[in-house]
Amino acid sequence: MNNDIILAGVGGQGILSIAAAIGLAAVNSNLHIKQSEVHGMSQRGGDVQSHLRISDAPIASDLIPAGKAHLIISVEPMEGLRYMPFLSKNGWLVTNITPFDNIPDYPKVDEILKRVKAVKNHIALDADSIAKECGSTKASNIVMLGAASPFIDIPAAGIEEGIRQLFNRKGEDIVNLNLKAFRAGREYSEKNR
Amino acid sequence: MEKLLLLGDEAIAQGAIDGGLSGIYAYPGTPSTEIMEYVQGSKMAAERNIHRQWSANEKTAMEAAIGMSYAGKRAMVCFKHVGLNVAADAFINSAITGVNGGLVVVSADDPSMHSSQNEQDSRFYGKFAMIPILEPSNQQEAYDMAYQSFELSERLNVPVLFRITTRMAHSRADISRHEVKDQNKLRMPLDPRQYVLLPAIARKNYKKLLSTQPAIELEAEQSKFNAFIPGENHDMGIVATGIAYNYLVENYPNHQCPFPVVRIGHYPIPRKKITELYESCKSLLVIEEGYPMVEEMLRGFFNVGKPIHGRLDGTLPRDGELNPNIVAKALGFPAAGEEPLAEVVKNRPPSLCMGCGHRDVYTDLNEAIKDYSAGRVFSDIGCYTLGALPPFNAINSCVDMGASITMAKGAADAGLVPAVAVIGDSTFTHSGMTGLLDAVNENSPITIIISDNSTAGMTGGQDSSATGKIVDICRGMGVDPSHIRVVVPLKKNHEENVKIIREELAYNGVSVIIPQRECIQTFARRKKTEKKESND
Repeated sequence: MNNDIILAGVGGQGILSIAAAIGLAAVNSNLHIKQSEVHGMSQRGGDVQSHLRISDAPIASDLIPAGKAHLIISVEPMEGLRYMPFLSKNGWLVTNITPFDNIPDYPKVDEILKRVKAVKNHIALDADSIAKECGSTKASNIVMLGAASPFIDIPAAGIEEGIRQLFNRKGEDIVNLNLKAFRAGREYSEKNR
Repeated sequence: MEKLLLLGDEAIAQGAIDGGLSGIYAYPGTPSTEIMEYVQGSKMAAERNIHRQWSANEKTAMEAAIGMSYAGKRAMVCFKHVGLNVAADAFINSAITGVNGGLVVVSADDPSMHSSQNEQDSRFYGKFAMIPILEPSNQQEAYDMAYQSFELSERLNVPVLFRITTRMAHSRADISRHEVKDQNKLRMPLDPRQYVLLPAIARKNYKKLLSTQPAIELEAEQSKFNAFIPGENHDMGIVATGIAYNYLVENYPNHQCPFPVVRIGHYPIPRKKITELYESCKSLLVIEEGYPMVEEMLRGFFNVGKPIHGRLDGTLPRDGELNPNIVAKALGFPAAGEEPLAEVVKNRPPSLCMGCGHRDVYTDLNEAIKDYSAGRVFSDIGCYTLGALPPFNAINSCVDMGASITMAKGAADAGLVPAVAVIGDSTFTHSGMTGLLDAVNENSPITIIISDNSTAGMTGGQDSSATGKIVDICRGMGVDPSHIRVVVPLKKNHEENVKIIREELAYNGVSVIIPQRECIQTFARRKKTEKKESND
């Protein structure tokens, strides 16, 4: 088993929490993991990505080779398209459709979504609205994790355990909010894939 | 012991703690910051009473670590690659004094300049100082090397340079730990004059360092971090250093490279292994993250031997970070990932946070200075460097820590009056104060804006040595108190702040304007913690 996943977004949008939840699930399942993160200057509103590799065999490179990613999880619609050269032919793009517009030449959302829909395997959802229904838009990153989870070779229960571990110190309410967000995202993908 | 999921930086920190560390000294800088932060957050480090506070700059960090080593204990210093420039005086001389307790210097290079002004390769500093260099290829090795590095330093009586690059620093993997070692006891150097680098003693120490070289080379030759990995195809032999090895084997099924490989993680270059590779292969390919240091050494000045390929002949790009695709191309595999992005994908450069005080500072400054000709604002290293980008386009320089004040002074000396410096609070105490003294001593016509957000913001909000001290420092350095102006950078104060900046621009001497407002990131974090504590 091996999954090469690219997480995409803008600094501060919480892609590292998604990576951490999958990472914890992978460690609990005794899988090997490498996860490359972006720290520093780009975290100030710039584009950020994380390469997450999980496998039952040892992993060499910290970076995923171009054309080899099984999955792109993007918490922002334009940012997912930035990493399309990494996606394998049969890979999935799972993206939030809520734009993060902090640049003067941000394109029209319709044009972005047209490109998203041209990707053979894609899921595009309004994670912010779903998260709001679950109790807080802050959980939209975990909605995205839920939406991507059918394409990750770790059972949902394992990822839920990762989410519990990740948010445990923030209290039971936050854990439950995020589990709800995860399940809502997962349900969306299962209905719309 | 349990497995941990750690960043390369964190693996180094845990390895050092488990290896008997007594003190870590550092100044924040991407990609090195998380080493100190991990030790600061470690319960074990607190229980073992390990020193773990930020230093004012890399030089003071390096010197304090030399002091701890002098007293017999194990010390680690951490900074980004350009921090080693700041610490270089102390660093180079620490090889001449030798060590008492183990001394390990971690320098984190940033090829491709993700968060830096250059991509200098710290390994040259290790060679320059004539000391061993460790360069891990994965997080487990980072842990293992840090764990053993103090003993290597003590065995050879020299500091050890520990070189990592961004990808190693900021990539997470599972690691297993070793048994925890005791810290050293307080123990004076056997020779009371070991650290007295008077010329007569320095000459003796230097000869000793030179005579230690064979032992340093032997350690590297026998190191488990260097390996000769046989391969059946002798058309080419490959030398891969640090994480470059991962990019090499990523390209082959089961990580089995068909060519013989020498993998280097411990320098000096293992001569026997490289000689064997060279003699048994028709050509060599050198793959290293950073400058072509090993490649250049193997080619030599005249480049007369067998063909040696790498960054110098264009087989690999001369600059920038490596990745599996770049290395694949050098190995003759088809290129991948070079197709252009969709047109709807626009660049998204970093920018100052919404609500950040630096934004107001630049809005005020741009308004106040608009009647003067352009090009007079010298800035520095920090979040406020983003003032160079639209919509502010407010600054004209960013060279090195502290250079804003001294460059403004030099430009004023040349006749550019008024000249303006914009510097942050942490950068000011790092390297701005001495420059201010130069300006005060000549009463240079410059206006210095110390944009004080009470933190080292760009690296994630570490404690700033300057907090609460800036006004006193400026007074103490001799700035006329009537030209030290503290303001609050908020929209509602715009008119008044513009007026104050205008007044100081017109003053023919040193002025310091100190806009003070907490970083909104640390502010938000503090409020969250306070709320949590009041709920508990």
